[in-house]
Amino acid sequence: MESFLPLYMVTPLAAAFLIPLVGRVFSAFARTITPLVFLLLLILGIHYLLSGISSPLTYEVGGWQPVNGIPIAIYLVLDGFSTILLITINLIAFLAAFYSISYMKKYTAENNYYTLFCLMVAGMNGVVLTGDLFNLYVFLEIAAISSYALVAFGVEKTELEASFKYQVLGGMASLLILLAIGLLYWATSTLNITDISHILMIQGDNKIILFIQILLITGFGLKAAMVPFHAWLPDAHSSAPSPISAMLSGILIKAIGVYVLFRLLFNMFTLTYEIALTITVLAVLSMVIGGILAIGQQDYKRLLAYSSISQVGYILLAMGIGMMVLAQNGAKEIAALAILGGLFHLINHAVFKGLMFMNAGAVEHATGIRDLAKLGGLAKWLPLTSATSFTGSMAISGIPPFSGFFSKLIIIIAAIQANYYLLAFLAALVSIITLAYFLKLQKNIFYATFPEHIERVRKIPFTMKCSMVMLAILCLAMSLLIIPGIRDIVLIPAVEVLID
Amino acid sequence: MIVYLMCFILFLTGMYGVLSQRNLIKIVIGLSVMEISIFLFMALIGYIDAGVAPIVTQTGEQLIYVDPLPQAMVLTAIVIGLATNAMLLAIAIRLYKKYKTFDVRKINQLKG
Amino acid sequence: MTSIVKTVTRLVVGVIFIYGIYIILHGHLTPGGGFAGGAIIAGAFILLVLAYGSDMLKLKAKEAGSSVMESLAILAFLLMAVVAFFLGTKVFFHNYLPKGIIGDLISAGVIPLYNIAVGIEVAAALFTIFLALVIFKEESK
Repeated sequence: MESFLPLYMVTPLAAAFLIPLVGRVFSAFARTITPLVFLLLLILGIHYLLSGISSPLTYEVGGWQPVNGIPIAIYLVLDGFSTILLITINLIAFLAAFYSISYMKKYTAENNYYTLFCLMVAGMNGVVLTGDLFNLYVFLEIAAISSYALVAFGVEKTELEASFKYQVLGGMASLLILLAIGLLYWATSTLNITDISHILMIQGDNKIILFIQILLITGFGLKAAMVPFHAWLPDAHSSAPSPISAMLSGILIKAIGVYVLFRLLFNMFTLTYEIALTITVLAVLSMVIGGILAIGQQDYKRLLAYSSISQVGYILLAMGIGMMVLAQNGAKEIAALAILGGLFHLINHAVFKGLMFMNAGAVEHATGIRDLAKLGGLAKWLPLTSATSFTGSMAISGIPPFSGFFSKLIIIIAAIQANYYLLAFLAALVSIITLAYFLKLQKNIFYATFPEHIERVRKIPFTMKCSMVMLAILCLAMSLLIIPGIRDIVLIPAVEVLID
Repeated sequence: MIVYLMCFILFLTGMYGVLSQRNLIKIVIGLSVMEISIFLFMALIGYIDAGVAPIVTQTGEQLIYVDPLPQAMVLTAIVIGLATNAMLLAIAIRLYKKYKTFDVRKINQLKG
Repeated sequence: MTSIVKTVTRLVVGVIFIYGIYIILHGHLTPGGGFAGGAIIAGAFILLVLAYGSDMLKLKAKEAGSSVMESLAILAFLLMAVVAFFLGTKVFFHNYLPKGIIGDLISAGVIPLYNIAVGIEVAAALFTIFLALVIFKEESK
């Protein structure tokens, strides 16, 4: 079982470097192989999920056995938390690659696009699977550098500017993370995450550990676009080609930001109240400020990008509540409920934000316009896009029976049970703000009067429609995760990994 | 201890460069300075007084080696730094072609 | 370039190239290895282009060639890792060749082969980056 884990890195990498070779001869090679690779990995992930992971699977690369109990190989670890992340990554990657088949026809250098796409997914899979800090940094940089290139893929003024901004801030974040890893190695003389957690447990409280935690929060906070560090996100995510925006907003900020941060804070460091409070404050700031800034946006994709900041705030808020309860030795059930809500919202957000960016891509493909003031009345011309956009908007603003409702409900209930009434109130308030700006979006694009300056509305090709419909169905189907039988298989193992 | 502090000062110098400079190329140089300060720091972590280079030889005598792991880490990080720098400079010259300037204050199409 | 640069380049470039190959081949015995040696070999190529120059068509052909080499080297590296998986050990990056005696040139199993693949990859990648920047500069004139 565990010997198939390296496939998650090997197959996308092999595909990435076969494309420039074979793609020269057969032009359709890149388009076919990319979705197929992700489909294969998705099926493998679902297989892992269904076979039930009671204890984490570990895999030693190179077959190096531990010497005197000290691990020397690079470990790959698969547990409940990484499984659901892997499935989400490869699901969205598969649908985005399938969507790209028609969408990317208008760009030149398609082969380069698919190569970078495969590299980005290989990096994210690596980040999620690795159990070694330095290996984590390497994969994080693979994912980040390919995403810098993908943001600049259009090579127009705005794309280049967004990419440069993203690179400077992303580069600073990577260096802070590298500094933190160096300091950790200095303090503990090992890079293995489980090993470090044992050593830190023995060492106890330490000023240097606090400094490392702050460095890590800043670094991964920059990668995850928490509010004081969010300046790059609206530019980068709105300038990229639409399937890439779906990947960046849906997956990348979670896989290399939120996932790693919580993996390290929960499983490597001992939880402290100060750090939990910091995370919660940053979460509330992201949630509220992201939501308020989104209202005023006039650009379709920029609005969605700001909404991403706000929704990631929800995930962080749930995790922060869980950490605060655990750090104060509160009831474990409440912490479990909060973390469950956070994880559920993480998956949901990947699905509906992916869908919304694909809708934006469809509208842009049909009319060539992204400015909300210049669009309108498209429901008659693009009925399917209008329907999927409606589904996505309802799901993201938390209207029952769509998936977003349940995850937000769980977060709010957890906040009330933990006696954080203000946080619960803010979460509900931001949900209303979210509904407001998505209704504005829906009205301006699909229902207002059809403007005269749009000469023709192009048809949406089949593969784009197909991806959008599948994600819209998932928006509804994800609500099923709340049913106890399914929840026990999917979400509970992940929650248990974080709580212990 | 003083050498570690020097590394940190170098790191802060680079960060000051990134934050205060207006020229795209100077920002890239600032990032490189930050990068190199961390490489120095990591190479220093593995240093042991009177240690020799960690190469296994046939003679089998018990030598004190310096820690090879940070050196491997620095080497890998240098490769990654090369990729980042190449990417940054490629974007910078393309920006220069579009805007005819390296001044960040004049490259401001994106707002809000 | 001036004839001084051209003559010196002609004298030096072969030595640089051989030195790069030496560093790659002795990667498992001495400091250095794939990355350092590859960077030196790329330096030799870059020196040639700088000294003698080249027209656009030749540069583009060279870029295509070096990016093919780059992909091939990475695929070779991956293939060596995957072969270990199928040789019965089911472990990626397993060292399946005989290890030999410490200090010999042909020893350490697969590691010299990995070093060679990395060397070709780094040389090709650095040269491709250089050529891409040069081509971009020539085009925007």
